[in-house]
Amino acid sequence: MGGFRDMTGRIRAGTVAWLQAAPMALVLLVFLVAPILMIGIVSFWQATEFSIVPAFEFDNYEFLFGSSVTYRVFLNTFKYALIVWVFTFLIGFTVAYFLAFHVRTLTWQIGLFLLCTIPFWTSNIIRMISWIPFLGRNGIANSALISWGVIDEPLDWLLFSDFAVILAFVHLYTLFMVVPIFNTMMRIDKSLIEAARDGGASGVQILWNVIIPLCKPGIMIGSIFVITLVMGDFITVRFMSGSQSANVGRLISNDIALLQYPSAAATAVVLLGTVLIVIAILLRFVDIRKEL
Amino acid sequence: MEPRPRSFYVLGAFFVLFLLFLYGPTITIGILSFQGESGGLTFPMRGTSVHWFRNLFEQQAVGDIWGSFRRSFALGMMVMVTTVVVSVMGGLAFRKRFAGSGLLFYLIITSLVIPSILISLGVGLMFSQAGLTVHWATSGFGAQLTWTLPFGLLIMFAVFNRFDPSYEEAAHDLGASPWQTLRHVVLPIIAPSLIGVALFGFTLSYDEFARTLLTAGSYNTLPLEIYGMTTNVTTPVLYALGTLTTLFSLLMIGVFLCVTWFATRRRAAMGSDAGSGLV
Repeated sequence: MGGFRDMTGRIRAGTVAWLQAAPMALVLLVFLVAPILMIGIVSFWQATEFSIVPAFEFDNYEFLFGSSVTYRVFLNTFKYALIVWVFTFLIGFTVAYFLAFHVRTLTWQIGLFLLCTIPFWTSNIIRMISWIPFLGRNGIANSALISWGVIDEPLDWLLFSDFAVILAFVHLYTLFMVVPIFNTMMRIDKSLIEAARDGGASGVQILWNVIIPLCKPGIMIGSIFVITLVMGDFITVRFMSGSQSANVGRLISNDIALLQYPSAAATAVVLLGTVLIVIAILLRFVDIRKEL
Repeated sequence: MEPRPRSFYVLGAFFVLFLLFLYGPTITIGILSFQGESGGLTFPMRGTSVHWFRNLFEQQAVGDIWGSFRRSFALGMMVMVTTVVVSVMGGLAFRKRFAGSGLLFYLIITSLVIPSILISLGVGLMFSQAGLTVHWATSGFGAQLTWTLPFGLLIMFAVFNRFDPSYEEAAHDLGASPWQTLRHVVLPIIAPSLIGVALFGFTLSYDEFARTLLTAGSYNTLPLEIYGMTTNVTTPVLYALGTLTTLFSLLMIGVFLCVTWFATRRRAAMGSDAGSGLV
């Protein structure tokens, strides 16, 4: 009898959990799963000059994989992701390390941490625009370099170049590294570090053998954010390169602008597949739910 | 206290540079938005004026800025409320085991990492093929939720991982119904974190661009309006607008942080009434 009550109790708890999860599941079904399926379906459709027509053919994919542009653009996307990842990781780790191990009171730690995160809650587009006065031909960087006598002519490659794209990415997304790494660092038991020091480890050895291994989950979560944001971006590359560089996101948005939805959908499917594979690889190293 | 090691000063300098890198550009356009009437997009300043701010109030100079601001604000509020409610419910659900919880969790992660333009494209296609018109309050609203809900739910995970279930057990032992336990015990305890979820919900929606691009319809939200301006406006009016919306974001962040601070303090003050209940 007790067993029976337990079972009905469990079933009731399960029903309650279902009802509580239902709104979230519903939103994701309608606005995540259905759109992905829609993109998958449309990627096999045909585009005429004025509209798109249901069909089942591989033309879009054949065209995509048959074009050398595709490979160049994908390669460029990986290049951005890799370079931005290196910079955001180095900067993010250093900043988090300073906050977690060199700032001594919790109040200061929280205060400085908030200072690092506030830009995350402001507009990305405005933050991109705000590089114009710095990097422009008559911008602050060029004027300063000329007045110091480093260069005679203004540099042309500061704005509207790959340099500007990467700078903007690092500017926008370093926070995504700082936050999870700081979070894991704050949970490291300080006595572990003291034990290592008592055992005769040098600062570098402690960093390499104690802190970095314990920070791995934070590093992984930060990496997932940065890599997916950079790989899926289209606006930063377009704006900061002055439409001179391309990544996969821009390929898709160009097709959309030309109303070539089936072709955009096919590219989107390949992009999603690529991103998910990268994430799956990274997730093998970390259990996100345990790390929050 | 032991003296600070040399590494402190090196890393401290690095940190200051990082802050300069983060805030420098924004401060620069803040200054340049006071550019004189004949000034351009870069230094030098040709006098100072509030000309460009005044420009923002003239319809013909900038288009429908205020209409798009109102829409963004309304949308932000809608997304904020929905995110808080749905995330709390989701967070509560994930504390129990239920069939499909693993699948739902992977959907949440997918929602977080999926390139925004796919949501935009997919929702846009879905609406057009179903014969529906895209509108910021329907398709735009849903598309933005796919970005704010994962953040909301992950924050709730963090909150409930630190939640001491003995409070609920105590309430249960004293005869509280599940609803009473939730209403009078759980929600008051997690309230400050909910303000955090609300902050994410509002600001992420207010600044969202990529997911609204193809889903907002004929009435632009503010980020879309600003994006449109970047292609055809080449005067500091762009900076003036940037400065104003950044100030607005900062104001909202300030409000949320103050409310959190008060809520935490109030909870700390009311949390323990040990010894005060003698009467």
